Amino acid sequence: MRIDIADLSVEVAGNRLVHDITLRAGSGRVVGLVGPNGSGKSTLLRCVYRALRPAAGTVRLDGADVHAMDAREGARLLAALPQEASTEFDFTVAEVVAMGRLPHQRGSGRASAADLAVCERALARVGADHLAGRGFLSLSGGEKQRVLIARALAQEPRVLVLDEPTNHLDIAQQLEVLALVREGCTSRRLTVLTALHDLNLAAMHCDELYVLAHGRIVAAGPPYDVLTPKLLAEVFGVRAHRVRHPESGAVQLLFDRLAAPTAAS
Amino acid sequence: MATTTAHPTTPGTGAPPPPRRLPVPPLVAALGAVLLGSLLCGIGLGAAGVSWAQVVRHLGAGLTGGTISPDEVAAYTIVWELRFPRAVLAAVVGAGLSAIGVAVQALVRNALADPFVLGISSGAAVGANAVLLFGALGALGIWALSVSAFVSALLAMALVYAAARTAHGLTPLRLVLTGTAMYYGFSAITTLMVFTADRGEAARSAMMWLLGSLSGAGWSSVPIAAAAVAAALAHLLLSAGRLNALAMGDETAAALGVDAGRLRRELFVVAAAVTGAVVAVSGAIGFVGLMVPHVTRMLVGADHRRVLAVAPLLGAVLLVWVDLLSRVLLAPVELPVGVLTAVIGVPCFVLLMRRRGYTFGGGA
Repeated sequence: MRIDIADLSVEVAGNRLVHDITLRAGSGRVVGLVGPNGSGKSTLLRCVYRALRPAAGTVRLDGADVHAMDAREGARLLAALPQEASTEFDFTVAEVVAMGRLPHQRGSGRASAADLAVCERALARVGADHLAGRGFLSLSGGEKQRVLIARALAQEPRVLVLDEPTNHLDIAQQLEVLALVREGCTSRRLTVLTALHDLNLAAMHCDELYVLAHGRIVAAGPPYDVLTPKLLAEVFGVRAHRVRHPESGAVQLLFDRLAAPTAAS
Repeated sequence: MATTTAHPTTPGTGAPPPPRRLPVPPLVAALGAVLLGSLLCGIGLGAAGVSWAQVVRHLGAGLTGGTISPDEVAAYTIVWELRFPRAVLAAVVGAGLSAIGVAVQALVRNALADPFVLGISSGAAVGANAVLLFGALGALGIWALSVSAFVSALLAMALVYAAARTAHGLTPLRLVLTGTAMYYGFSAITTLMVFTADRGEAARSAMMWLLGSLSGAGWSSVPIAAAAVAAALAHLLLSAGRLNALAMGDETAAALGVDAGRLRRELFVVAAAVTGAVVAVSGAIGFVGLMVPHVTRMLVGADHRRVLAVAPLLGAVLLVWVDLLSRVLLAPVELPVGVLTAVIGVPCFVLLMRRRGYTFGGGA
């Protein structure tokens, strides 16, 4: 399923945090959103998964405006892993994953046998079936993230939106989470839009990158074309060398030191 | 249980044990049977000695419209007009407070919240008092008390919510502090109203509103409260899936197709309606809405479908017994129910607060 974001502006508490964004993610592609802290990545994504309404512009899935859709219908097409995942309520892993079936259910949301089968498959797919009976709050960060990906998969969406899914994870967990996302992408034709902090991870896992600064898109395209030393100096304030990974050929960055401060930025 | 363990079995700090889950249908059946037995005890036991044989005969007479001899009228009145409606009302109030405790905790995503802790119950008591003492809303007849309690509960809730809210949402600390402040404010207003109304039983009446009591119960108190509680419970059970999503946070709720804002507004109205209806007949009974949801979660886990099936029954049983104790402990003097719920509830609150996961600011 194709994502088309057109002229999107988003305001939070009267402040315009995202300006005139136009972004396109083709079906089955992994599109990354990178940018310094406060550049508007989360705000943009929150608007895509309908936690915020746009001040202007549209988010379309195969041409259908997500903000004009019924909320449940939207959640059947698009699943999200928001950044906040804190709760005081000690749900089991199975209960958390079962929440993914909510947009497919009526009434009190009693899970059918078919729902339970979907949830089991989703947990197995992320290699977390052994966690089903555990309390969600007792899991490690990496386990939690896997369970939340299982919940998103249980939603049986066509589009997956991830807000910094590798936060607070160690490097093995980071690679594992992104491998799962990539796997879901190829096996289910999922379209993925993800914000990522780590530029090397983004370069390794994304087909295309959009770079945000001050709420605007300043560059877009394949990682090698986007992550130029000039852009890294201007947007992130760092000096870096751009190299190819000796095996995969993916672009990787070697950071030197902070760039000389550029005027008025 | 609260001590630190040195087993690094699970990553993270002091991971809680895996949640326990009792099967819900047998538990509901068992609690239903216990509730019936408790109601019978509530009707059969009391300060005035009425034998079980008489109790059974009078209940039968009342239910089937049979006849009784004139010398038994006093005992019949005690059983049918006083104890029976009182026991039923205790069950209704207990169920209502527990269900609303669950709803409010999901609403504010904080397990330390209930209508009493947040000052909503004492807000409703102000409205009920205005009707009883000053005849406010007289045009509404028998509905005046409940409507006034509902409206003032709604206002109290909006006030707590607005005062505790920050740009970053509700923090548990602000919420509980605001609620406590509101509780004192509304209690002061109620006390002032009772004492300026200049009636004989003023002091006792203030006690009843501030601590809760079912001593005024009669059959006329039952229908509105029961209808409000039943309607609210039905609505909450139908919303159980959405409540689960809301408990995971607004962002997650949105991603799951749940309009968190709309659900919050619904819960607001439901909580205010039940609090109003319950406070109108029993005053501000504390801690039931706090304790019962917690005990329920310990038994059946956090899934709202399970919690909402069990918590109202548990609350009903609890309040029937607490009310019975309040009548017989110091008989013929009657204790306010709230004294006994506080005796159980305050230690419970402190324990909950100290437990990992319920620390102030932990989720903020």
